[in-house]
Amino acid sequence: MTSSPNTHESRAPESQGFATGSASRLAIQDLIASGTPSSEAIDAFLEGKRFPLVEGSSVTFVYRGEVDSVSLQHFIYGLPTSQPFARVGNSDLWYLTLELPPESRMQYKLNVEHEGQGRWILDPQNPERAFDPYGANSVCHTDGAERPAWTYPDPEARAGTIDSIRVASDAFGGVREVPVYLPARFRASRRYPLLVVHDGSDYRRYSDLQTVLDNLIHRLEVAPMIVALTDAGNRLEEYADHPPHARFVTEELLPALDQSFPLIPGRGSRGLMGASFGGVAALSSAWRYQGVWGRLLLQSGSFAFTDIGEHDRGPLFDPVVRFVNALRDEPGRPADKVFVSCGTYERLIYENRSLVPRLQAAGMDVRFLEARDGHSWANWRDQLRVGLSWLFPGPLWMVYE
Amino acid sequence: MSTRQVVLLGPQRLAPTLDREIENLAIEGSIAAITAGWQEREAEDDELRDLLGGDVVNLDLHRRADAVFAEDSELAAAHRDRQDELKALQSFYRFRLDPALAPARALLERRRGPTRWLAAERRAAVSAVRALDRQHLLRVAGIHRRFEALWHPWERPAVKRHRNEIGEILSGAKALAIAGGHVAVLLNRLRLFGVAELLGNQPILAWSAGAMALTDRVVLFHDTPPQGAGNAEVLENGLGLVPGLVVLPHARRRLKLDNPHRVALFSRRFRPATCVPLDEGTRLVIDGEAMRAEPDTRMLRRDGAVVPLDGKGRK
Repeated sequence: MTSSPNTHESRAPESQGFATGSASRLAIQDLIASGTPSSEAIDAFLEGKRFPLVEGSSVTFVYRGEVDSVSLQHFIYGLPTSQPFARVGNSDLWYLTLELPPESRMQYKLNVEHEGQGRWILDPQNPERAFDPYGANSVCHTDGAERPAWTYPDPEARAGTIDSIRVASDAFGGVREVPVYLPARFRASRRYPLLVVHDGSDYRRYSDLQTVLDNLIHRLEVAPMIVALTDAGNRLEEYADHPPHARFVTEELLPALDQSFPLIPGRGSRGLMGASFGGVAALSSAWRYQGVWGRLLLQSGSFAFTDIGEHDRGPLFDPVVRFVNALRDEPGRPADKVFVSCGTYERLIYENRSLVPRLQAAGMDVRFLEARDGHSWANWRDQLRVGLSWLFPGPLWMVYE
Repeated sequence: MSTRQVVLLGPQRLAPTLDREIENLAIEGSIAAITAGWQEREAEDDELRDLLGGDVVNLDLHRRADAVFAEDSELAAAHRDRQDELKALQSFYRFRLDPALAPARALLERRRGPTRWLAAERRAAVSAVRALDRQHLLRVAGIHRRFEALWHPWERPAVKRHRNEIGEILSGAKALAIAGGHVAVLLNRLRLFGVAELLGNQPILAWSAGAMALTDRVVLFHDTPPQGAGNAEVLENGLGLVPGLVVLPHARRRLKLDNPHRVALFSRRFRPATCVPLDEGTRLVIDGEAMRAEPDTRMLRRDGAVVPLDGKGRK
């Protein structure tokens, strides 16, 4: 059936990549079937349901209000970013049904237009939010993509502490203060592996890194470790294969940490981690200082490259493309074990998939994990258990306290 | 047959019951404590001392072992070599374990097919895993035997001196408390100083890894680890002070006790031993040959059920 939106028998227009419809009848179809529903019928329909309404692989979004149009603005790469809602008859209820595979998560906003004015808003029907440095998005997930229990504060987990270190930097000029996570029951007489995290503040704020570390260490899945939480001054410059950054991390920060904290010597207990541009910074620092960093955790790295011709990502990516092209030509051995994760719904999936065989062919032990997710801190958070426990395994099998 | 009383308890950190046990046993006098499983935190036993009350003497097995190795470099090197050998053997065993467990799991889950042959194939598949476990335990025991025959660790001056001190403390102790922690480290230290051979008839209270070390077979387990298949594996023989039990600390968190196939396999694999989850509140008292358990202490049954540990529960 093909019909225009805004009529009671209409379905939301089929959108590219999203198949609509389902074998069994959806709740919204029941509502539509009786014509324009009364206000009370809409109240009853909304009552007690959690929206977006997930029914098998069908997901129904709703918006209620006297407006001119509503559309879903999502961030899934490869699909039109705007999906129009249909009005239910002449009522004030709008809806959109999409087909999403299981174990999917998407972040979105609603674009609500009224009297010529458009506003991007969080979905009033959906309390689930994800935060990032730009604000918040509403979150929709299908079955199997629930937020894992180990990402929530666990009252049984002993809490680590945040110390800090001041590092005089010739590479950047001036002094940089770096917060340092120390695991619960830290003691100076013991030695610990080290992980240096790029965008440390954002990882703490938006990926709950401190909670995740506390929990995974408590569960014995990850070794008690020291984690340096670095932040950039000018991120887009410093993280884009910037020689001073690699120098700072390796020649300045690492020795300072080694002097201040009991670190296990050797690259096998030393790692770099980052997401997006932070992933580029982690990989390029290890590539420039081969033999120093033995573990890499790279999440949705912005590993743009060209096989021929120019790239189309703008001048910020020029140094990144130069670096990734050079690395693809001569990977060397930036680390021994590399964990790479990426969302299948983000543009960078192609670049990340392309990187993995290059690193493997160069003799590195590489583990690649894809999730039906986007370029988001929630995605990066939820892959940390697998990544960290692989790179820095804890004494899970041996310790029974 | 020993008439020593052994009390096996669930984890003590969040809901400790040790203080009650000490009261029940009416222990008056000094209590020896072993916290070697805590490794470098061995001496941080203030909370434990508070629970045990009275006069507590930590046997300091971890610290003593470090001192022995610092003093006797030849023994230290031999010990290191043995540990490397054990580690390598454990990883080889693991290679064989995965393919051996797969058919046992598949057949236990299978519902279709001639009942008689299904039962026979299940038995054969589980037997293959049991044979592998048995062989591994024999090899590990052989490594320990060879080490002891070659190095006679108890005869070496550094070990002997510490062993005498430990023996003296134990001879005056009215009870022994063995905490959990790293089960391999704990067993290693208990063996190095031959603690089992120094014990009198005093009651023993042990929990988590401490309880595992007292059994005759130490089984490592986790059904849902972040890496790997989650195959339970035998580590080595324990001290054998409470034979016939496989104890499973934190089973609620570490095992899928609601999965009857996994429970059944666990139970059949380790029979005739009784597999007992040791969670908070679990209490199991072994008094000579008699065993009593708190009502909520349970066991894994061969049909996949987890049932109260009493006469009726055994099947």
